[in-house]
Order: sequence, then C-alpha cells, then structure tokens
Amino acid sequence: MHDHPLLDIENLVVTATSGTRLVDSVSLKLERGSVLGLIGESGAGKSTIALAALAYSRPGCHITGGTIRHGGVDLMELDEDARRAYRGARIAYVAQSAAAAFNPALTLMDQICEGPVRHGLASRKDAEAHAVELFTALDLPDPARFGRRYPHQVSGGQLQRAMVAMAMSCRPDILVLDEPTTALDVTTQIEVLVLLRRLIRDQQVAALYVTHDLAVVAQIADRIMVLRHGKLVEEGATADVLLRPTTDYARALVAERTAARSAAFEVEDKRPETVLVLDHVDVSYGPKKAVSGVSFSLSRGETVAVIGESGSGKSTIAYSIAGLVSASGGEIQFDGGDLPPGHRERDRDTLRRIQLVYQLPDVALNPRQSIGEIIGRPLTFYFGLRGEARSARVGELLSLVGLPVEFAQRLPGQLSGGQKQRVCIARALAAEPDVVICDEVTSALDPLVAEEILKLLHRLQAELGLAYLFITHDLGIVRRIGHRVVVLANGKMVADGTTAEIFAQTDHPYIGKLIASVPELDTGWLDRHLQERTAS
Amino acid sequence: MAPAARPGWPPEPLHLLLYGSGMARFIFSRLAIGLVTLFVVSALFYLGTEMLPGDVATAILGQSATPANVAKLRLSLGLDQPSWLRFVNWLWGCLHGDLGKSLASGRPIATLLLPRLGNTLFLAACAALIAVPLALTLGILSALHEGKATDRASSALSLGIISMPEFLVGYGLIIVLSVHLGWLPSLGTVFPGMALGLRLKAMALPILTLTLVVLAHMLRMTRATILAEMAAPYVEMARLKGLDRRRIILAHILPNASGPIIAVVLLNLAYMVAGAVVVETVFVYPGIGQLLVDAVTKRDLPTVQACGLVFAIVYVGLNTGADVLALVFNPRLRHRR
Repeated sequence: MHDHPLLDIENLVVTATSGTRLVDSVSLKLERGSVLGLIGESGAGKSTIALAALAYSRPGCHITGGTIRHGGVDLMELDEDARRAYRGARIAYVAQSAAAAFNPALTLMDQICEGPVRHGLASRKDAEAHAVELFTALDLPDPARFGRRYPHQVSGGQLQRAMVAMAMSCRPDILVLDEPTTALDVTTQIEVLVLLRRLIRDQQVAALYVTHDLAVVAQIADRIMVLRHGKLVEEGATADVLLRPTTDYARALVAERTAARSAAFEVEDKRPETVLVLDHVDVSYGPKKAVSGVSFSLSRGETVAVIGESGSGKSTIAYSIAGLVSASGGEIQFDGGDLPPGHRERDRDTLRRIQLVYQLPDVALNPRQSIGEIIGRPLTFYFGLRGEARSARVGELLSLVGLPVEFAQRLPGQLSGGQKQRVCIARALAAEPDVVICDEVTSALDPLVAEEILKLLHRLQAELGLAYLFITHDLGIVRRIGHRVVVLANGKMVADGTTAEIFAQTDHPYIGKLIASVPELDTGWLDRHLQERTAS
Repeated sequence: MAPAARPGWPPEPLHLLLYGSGMARFIFSRLAIGLVTLFVVSALFYLGTEMLPGDVATAILGQSATPANVAKLRLSLGLDQPSWLRFVNWLWGCLHGDLGKSLASGRPIATLLLPRLGNTLFLAACAALIAVPLALTLGILSALHEGKATDRASSALSLGIISMPEFLVGYGLIIVLSVHLGWLPSLGTVFPGMALGLRLKAMALPILTLTLVVLAHMLRMTRATILAEMAAPYVEMARLKGLDRRRIILAHILPNASGPIIAVVLLNLAYMVAGAVVVETVFVYPGIGQLLVDAVTKRDLPTVQACGLVFAIVYVGLNTGADVLALVFNPRLRHRR
C-alpha cells in the first residue's frame, strides 16, 4: 500500500449525456501532505474532476473512462455501496457555497457528526468532541456551543469554516476544495485561506484545490494544473507556472492578474461637468438603516468606483440612484435638478438618462426574448422607434459593443456569459444614458472575459462621454478604471478621493486592510501578509 | 406588543406564535385573509342560492299556492326584504348559533345538522387515519425506489385511481366486495346508539372509498416533493459525505419537504369533508353531504345555505391551516437569528 499515491487518477474521461466530453483524458497524482491546484475558467472541467475524485458525477454526466485509485484501489471497479465507504470518510469535499451545501433544517452539529457516526468511525459523543476541537482550530466563536446553531444563523465566512470542519470530521486523507473562498469577501477570504493552509499542514492531509483565481492558488498549492475545455494545458510546480508559463493560455491568465496590479489605463482627474451629486443620502430597509450619510459626486466622462465588503451598502447606493429603493434622507441631484427618490416619481426622460447593468447577465436577460427584442425594447419605450428604424439601431448598438449584427435573431441561451454581458451593456446604451451604474458587472465572468468587458466599457466612455458608477469588490478593477473611489463600510462612507489618493492610504485601518487583503500573484505573499499583520 | 416579563402562560410555542415578530404577523394576516375569504364565499353562496329560479313560498305551499297565501307566507318568511339585508340577518344569526329553521321539517337546522356533521367528521377522520400514514409511507417508499418496478407500479396505480371519479370507485367496491364477495354491507346506514363494531362495519366501504380517492393524490405529491428536493445542493453534499439514499431522504429531505407535504395532506382532509357529498350519497350514509343533497331536492334553501357555510368553514379553515403549518415548518423561520 505504501507504494501507491493517496490519489491516482489516470486518463479520466467524463462525458455529458449529450455526448460532449467535459473532461478529456486528465491524469493526476496526489501524495500525502501535498496540495494540487486546479485552475481554469468556468467550463474548463475543474469541478467535474474534483467530484470525480470521489467517483461522483453530477446528474447528466458520466465517468466513462479512466481509473480513480485510492491507495491502489480503483473506485470505478467497486459497487456504489463500496464507493460510499470512501466518500466523506477517506476523501471529503468542501463546496463553493456553504450556504447552499448545508441542510437548512438541521443544526451544524447534526450535520458535522453525521459522517463519522454513519461511517461507523466514532460514537456521537466522540464525534461531537472532535467537532468542538475542529471549531477551535478553525477559530470559530464559542466552539462548545457553535454546533447548536442552524446554518442561517452564522455568517458566510463562519459557515464556510464549518464546512471545512464537516469535511475534516472523519479525519480523511484527502480534502477536495472546490472554490472554497470564491463566495467570500477579500478580508474573509484571507482568514479562511490561512486556516485551510494551517489545517492541511497540521493534519497532513492531501488537498485538491479548485479555483479560477491564480493569486489564491499561488498561496496554497505546491503544484498547479491549468485546464481548458476539459483538457490539461499546463502542469508544474506553482512558482514555475506563475513565473515561467510555457503555453499561451497560461501566459494570458498570468498577464491578466499582473495587469490588475498596475494602472493600465490613463487615469486623469479632471472634472468637467458634474452630473450626479449625492448629499448625505440615507437608505433604510424597514427599521434597519442600510446606508447613512453618503455624499459624493460624479462627473461626465468619469468613473467613480464604490468599494466595500458585502453588506457595506454598495448595491443599496446603486439602487437608490436608480430609484429602485427610495432614499429616506438626504438629497440626490441629477444634472442640476433634484432627483425624486422613487422611480415611479421620475419622468421618463430622467429614467432614460440613468441606466443600470447588473451583476448576473444570465438573470438580467429574459431567456424567451431574442437579443433584438431585448435591445429594441428601450428604443421603442424611450424613442418610439419601430420596424426598420429600430432594427437598424439595434444593429448599430450590437456593433458598438463588439457583437455581430446577426446576434439580434438569437436567444440569450445561445450566448456565452461575456456576450450576454455585452448585450446588457447594449441595452443600457440603447437609452442613450448620461450615467451607467455597473453593479459588479464583471464578477460573474471569467478573468479573461472580464478583461474584455472592462476594455469595452473604457472605450465606450471615451467615445460617448459616459459617467460610470462602478460597484465592485475587486480592487484590481478599481485601480485600473476608477478615476475616483468611494469606500463604504457598514453603510457609512469611510473615504472619498481620487484613486491614487485612496490607494496611498495604506495606513488607514479599513482601506489598508482591504488593499492588503488582495492576494498577489506570488507564492510568498500570504506569509508576508501574515508577518505584516502580526508585526503591526 | 411583546410583554415585558415572560409569564408561565401561554406556553412557549403559543407564546412565540402570539408575540413573535415576522411569523406572528404572517399567521395573523393569513387568519384575517381566511375570515375575509369565508365572508365572501358565504355571501356568494347565500346570494347564489337566492337567485335560483323558483320561489320558496310557492314551493312550500305546493297545491295551496294561491296568490294571497303566497304573499302572506313571503311576508312571514321575511322574503319581502332585499337579499343583502336577509344575508346580513342570516349571517348575524349564524354567528350566534342560529342557523334558521328547515323549510322542509320546520325544525331548527342546527339540531338537524350537528349529528350529521358529527357523522361526516367521524367518517373523514377514520379515512384520514388510514389514508395519511399509508400515503406518506408509500410516497416515501416510491421516492426511495424511484424508477424501480415498485415505484412504477404505485405510480401507475395511483394515476389510475386519481383519474376515476369517487362514485365509480364506490360502485366498483360495492360490486366486488359486497355483491360478489359478500364481505361488507353496501349501505352505510348508521344510527345513534349503534355499537362501534357494527358502525365501523357499516362504514367500511365509505371509508375505503374515501381513502382510495385521497390516497393517490397525497402519495404522488409526497413522492414529487421529495424528488424535487433531490436536486438541492445540500443533497449532493450529503451524497458526497457517503450517506445512502435512505438516510438522505429520511434525515435530510423530509425535514425540508414536510411543509409542502403537510399542506397537501390538509388540502386532502378538506376535500374529504367536502367530497363526502358524493360518497355519502352512493352509500346512503347519514352525513352532512346527504343532508345537503336532500335539502336541494326539497328546495330547503336555509338548510342548503347552512350546509354550504359548514363546507366553506372546513375548506377555508384547513387551507389557512395548511398555509400556516407550511410556514411553521420552515426551519429559517422556526429558528430565527
């Protein structure tokens, strides 16, 4: 048994029911105490491989070829009952969204103890004692009583850590981590990352770490496999892949991350004509104040980035400007006049001049309407365009956002994520707005696609003189496209200034923490970050 | 609204229900909507029956319906008043337990209706005691064996039964079980003071018919609700923890599916009470359904209206109960932050 690696996957093939190969002949080996990073954009087959390590495939997918050996035993040759004995007990899975992966109806302790008790590895009492140890090791609050809570009663970061505790409950040899920090804020991400790394080192487990973020994988993985379209593109030691990528695709991925480090666009601070002014704006949801006393202004041709952790009130600000929620206090001025708080009280022309682009293009487009109808609707609504004139304008708008004119006939389902976001932008532009509110418009997109969308927005700004309000949690984007930055924390404005000014405030407790929490493409970054943190 | 000190009474669950925040508000709004629905339904029913062709006074007098007699009777019955005023008076009476007098027998409707209602509720309760546990067990078993022979057989059978009207099921059972086999009486005749054993024997066929009629629906909904939950991410997580299908369905899915399942069960209970009209007629069982049918044939409008009101109360009450229970079984609302 000692000759075999912990996990040895050879020539894995996973096929969808439609016949498409999702994973095509991928092999990997995992030794005790090592971490292998799987990276690639969505659809690259990362998660499919991660699940296949547990000999599991999602409905509609089938493992059709290859071997999956655990300590020499091929799981594919076992029956389902024998495979179940491995899942959870020998190889455990940590999902991206803990909020979805925990059963809402059971306490955390019930779910964490279930594995060891059901696999016959421990009594309920011992399992509980072990869980409390894990809670302590994972820095969870009040470890002795943490398990009595239900999943919705703890925060996102705590829940993600609770899932790590659940995965560790059977003392497995291998952890499969599927984007375990992607759904978290930058500051929370660091904490979970640090704890994960410590746990992997202390418990001597091997780990398969799936992510699309090169900088994150650089902090934790010994080796990296770059995947694309279900095939292996490049494989090597982490530092080698990051510093000396040998394939074009890996080079592009690395270049995208490095670009985020430096201001790529010319960013000047001239403020010709102020178009939007927020003056001590408050917004409440019921008795709860979501945003209070926020003041800033936005000029033509300018990008103001609003940053902060989730729950800081970024999106609420965007919605109050769009009139989707009514500000309960303060004033919003638009082009010299007062902007009524609710969208119902605004006239059509005011509505036209402020447009919103959403985070999730999949959800923002009606799947039953053709792209032509989607973009044509505001043309008819605001300008009364119909028939030939309307189709001609739809064509112009499609060309403007870099899509072929024939796309007008297609349905959203036939487009990729990046193309759908371009359609959303074209729809906003159809209204010929002065202000476009971009609410996390790139966060659902793969890095290289997001890069293209940012370039497009930048070009449109130069051509049309648009003012952007850019809601984002990605500081890399802010540095590249923001003229000015507004920093929010817990619904209050922490700072407002030019991008250069804000990024210079590394000694500011909150801004400094936000800036410092963005992982860098450097294997030693996390260690340095931790040292700086303990030093200060 | 919340009292400062927590008294011993009401007990904890009731206390939460009364003084809790979001949940209590929802429950009270459901109850209020239930009352409004009840009012609207009773108004529609009352005014609807009033609009039926024919005149009550003429119907009562029969042969002796001279214009003078009819006018006199109309006056004594209050039929000269406008409909809405009579509705308000009727509703006011109902709220005080006075359902009016039967036109056919002249007796107070309440004394006529109460023993019948007791019989109907007893019949429905017996059927529910068999149907609910059986439907839930079979539904869970079907979900456990999804796609296997047992599941397909139960699907096909329940679809067959669900598509058959209850009178057909009833007559089918009579032909097989009483005419051919002679095991059970075909008439559900029960009377006050009847021994329980004999009563149950007389009720066996009506109970069986009602059970079959509601069983299929509950079974299918239980199965469908469980299978719909199967796609939830927490189920995938449970599978990746190495749990077997049985454990996943019983420990993980059922707590989440219980709300919708309970709602379906309550709807079927309501159906059993209201659907008794047909079954009681088939088996000549002296319940409220039969009373209603008799009253309609005799043009006994006050009795018809009283029966309608009882059915509406049962239906609206159980539906409101279903809404409230579905909410109470939502773990996010039961265990607030």
